[in-house]
Amino acid sequence: MTSITPAQAELISPAEVEDVELYHPKTWVTKYVFSQDAKVIAIQYSCTAIGIGLVALVLSWLIRLQLGFPDSFDFISPSDYYQFITMHGMIMVIYLLTALFLGGFGNYLIPLMVGARDMVFPYVNMLSYWIYLLAVLVLVASWFVPGGPTGAGWTLYPPQAILSGTPGSDAGIILMLVSLALFIIGFTMGGLNYVTTVLQARTRGMTLMRMPLTIWGIFTATVLALLAFPALFVAAVMMTLDSMLGTSFFMPSIVEMNEYLEYGGGSPILFQHLFWFFGHPEVYIVALPAFGIVSDLLSVHSRRHIFGYRMMVWAIVGIGALSFVVWAHHMYVSGMNPWFGFFFATTTLIIAVPTAIKVYNWTLTLWHGNIRLTLPMLFALAFIVTFLNGGITGLFLGNVVVDVPLSDTMFVVAHFHMVMGVAPILVIFGAIYHWFPLITGRMMNQAMGQFHFWVTFIGAYVIFLPIHYLGFLGVPRRYFEMGDTSFIPESVASLNAFVTVAALIVGFAQLVFMYNLFWSASKGKVAERNPWQATTLEWQTPEMPPAHGNFGETLPVVYRWAYEYGAPGYDEDFVPQNQPPIGASAETGGDGVPDGAAQPAK
Amino acid sequence: MSQSALTETANTLAPDGLQGVVADWSSDQRAFKRVPWGKAMIWIFLLSDTFIFTCFLLSYMMVRMSTTVPWPNTSEIFALSFGGEPIPLILIAIMTFILISSSGTMAMAVMFGYRQDRVKSAILMLVTAAFGATFVGMQVFEWTKLIVEEGVRPWGNPFGASQFGSVFFMITGFHGFHVSVGVVFLIITARKVWRGDFDTNRRGYFTSRKGDYGAVEIMGLYWHFVDLVWVFIFAVFYLW
Ligand code: HEM
Ligand SMILES: [Cu+2]
Repeated sequence: MTSITPAQAELISPAEVEDVELYHPKTWVTKYVFSQDAKVIAIQYSCTAIGIGLVALVLSWLIRLQLGFPDSFDFISPSDYYQFITMHGMIMVIYLLTALFLGGFGNYLIPLMVGARDMVFPYVNMLSYWIYLLAVLVLVASWFVPGGPTGAGWTLYPPQAILSGTPGSDAGIILMLVSLALFIIGFTMGGLNYVTTVLQARTRGMTLMRMPLTIWGIFTATVLALLAFPALFVAAVMMTLDSMLGTSFFMPSIVEMNEYLEYGGGSPILFQHLFWFFGHPEVYIVALPAFGIVSDLLSVHSRRHIFGYRMMVWAIVGIGALSFVVWAHHMYVSGMNPWFGFFFATTTLIIAVPTAIKVYNWTLTLWHGNIRLTLPMLFALAFIVTFLNGGITGLFLGNVVVDVPLSDTMFVVAHFHMVMGVAPILVIFGAIYHWFPLITGRMMNQAMGQFHFWVTFIGAYVIFLPIHYLGFLGVPRRYFEMGDTSFIPESVASLNAFVTVAALIVGFAQLVFMYNLFWSASKGKVAERNPWQATTLEWQTPEMPPAHGNFGETLPVVYRWAYEYGAPGYDEDFVPQNQPPIGASAETGGDGVPDGAAQPAK
Repeated sequence: MSQSALTETANTLAPDGLQGVVADWSSDQRAFKRVPWGKAMIWIFLLSDTFIFTCFLLSYMMVRMSTTVPWPNTSEIFALSFGGEPIPLILIAIMTFILISSSGTMAMAVMFGYRQDRVKSAILMLVTAAFGATFVGMQVFEWTKLIVEEGVRPWGNPFGASQFGSVFFMITGFHGFHVSVGVVFLIITARKVWRGDFDTNRRGYFTSRKGDYGAVEIMGLYWHFVDLVWVFIFAVFYLW
């Protein structure tokens, strides 16, 4: 059913929903600021996410400076350090990766790739961005309140998160919780749009099993987010009440400075459950869009259909479903019943099966492919390796007996950076190099791109492989400094200094990337139509960059899956999704010859 | 194209049996045939909201287990005496009755909406809103009584575990907020129906989109959901 015969082409069902009238902006403000166009909203989301992401990048340098050269920087106090790691982690995970993948790529690609003119409810979609921006501003505001931002660690575990010993316990923690709640409200508005658009607003011929995997990844991740964020929302509400009104949802009786606090009877473990019921799916909210996008990058740039498309779809859906029953693997050291540990270890290891299927299928897609080592392809390949690396350490951590000694060491830091830090970021870079020509009409600069790739890719390993080793030695995470600790050998200090230097170099490469973005947007080589010779609909629009309403007069009709490479009988090695089969009348396609079909090969 | 011609083309494409089910689900354009966008969206929203309320209720159960102080007896606290004899949970029972009745009027409003009987639909929606407002009003009464007369506070109360007050204010507050939002939107939708916006294709003030009587049904889905959630709150918080 992925592609069809000429006879079937005549049978594509007629449009079921009449074209909705789009909102046509009349002023500059409604066109570019309070815009209801998903593409503009996507760019607003992306710029905000990258902007706040740069803050998190700078924080990572400060963290590393302290770890690499303790006692050398007066301006980093222990409290500062805790605030840095907390804000760094939270920004990276939520405000950068989640927002960029779903709000950024989701908004840009979903309508274009499924053949819709826009999201189903553009007004709500616009509100989504503005609430997200408000959430970011509230977060930033926590630097300017007395006591500064919270230093509770990105997991915000009570009771310490709201006790006076923790930096930012007066106002910082509250702003953090409010910001998270706002983020969730804003995200929900966007997320409902993404899901409904994918389910109910595809173009004629675009069956679910013809959707590009990018859409499958973003769609499933959004569903996860809509079901996982509620737990974080509830946790945020209850913790806000604990810290502002003095309720005891999460607070047991506590003695502080020889005095009983007013709290008593609450359950800190409850918070951990709520947090990780959100937190583990969150890993896949970040990973699934990356899985989807990387599948498409690999396919386009190796001129070969994705291997095992159906299996890839089911793996995405299966991983998504399983991700809701593994959360307590983050709580092995919380004193839980061993049978629970056993259960969660088992489910955790089961997730490895669909994940491994995906890695095999990516590799098999390359097999006999006509690989073009473009920048997006390099990043996609780097992703496979990095994700595999992070996934394997995950298998170790998923086992209770192995995790107990490794928990709260640098090994955990290395693991999650590989799997949910570096790997998705590599995909984001690849995706930006891939879709930049579509969005701006210009190619990104190659030389800067190559420099960026090699420094980032090699640098990530230079940074994080040694951190695994530090974890084995027992170096704990979230420590301001180790001082003279008997079990920590001298060499740890020099290794830490080495990692810090590497991190600064990698950080510099990101600035080159940022410069490249701005430079290429105005001075880059003008891109030709469909520069990567891709089959998916976003490249087949009448204009590039796509205009308001995406597809001109008539919506495209889809005749095949997104991976028709090297099909016999065609002049090109690729067949766009909206090109009718040979011998079928193009009449069904609405405007005759689909755009992009007549593109000459280079 | 007419409706019958539409189904005919669809039939020629669709295989029978289980394969037909799969084909329907994954067919082009829409996964849920004949479900308008707004209705699909509200269902997904309600699913997400279900998770929020589930988390609240599970958290309540967990703190009720974790606290060592005895849990207050709800049927005593929520009793009202009329002429001496305290009647347990009488106010809550009336509130529940009102909310469930409002679901009935809402369902009728949806039906009359689809029949384009503007006046009946609008009036029934306003009746629903009035029921909703009464419910919230009684909740305000209940809160005031607990706070002022009984001295219940979110951080403590004279009857037992401090979590009792915390959970009570948080969950009924969150639910009451849902009801209040519903009342506001009921009034807005009733006004639109009354004015005939959905017949004259008048555009929404914010969205500049045309609406249709599906809006009444969407309102109804939300309202029934808020009602259903109350049944669970009633069962696990008040009765247990
Ligand atoms: C630019 C490269 C990065 C460097 C050099 C870096 C470095 C670090 C360091 C040194 C820590 C503190 C470890 C500790 O003592 O606990 C940390 C924590 C963390 N990082 Fe990164 N990081 C980077 C990028 C990212 C990205 C892309 C993510 C997104 C997932 C991320 C997520 C986190 C999280 C969740 C924490 C834990 C924070 C906490 O303990 O509360 N990091 N990072
Ligand atoms: Cu996990």
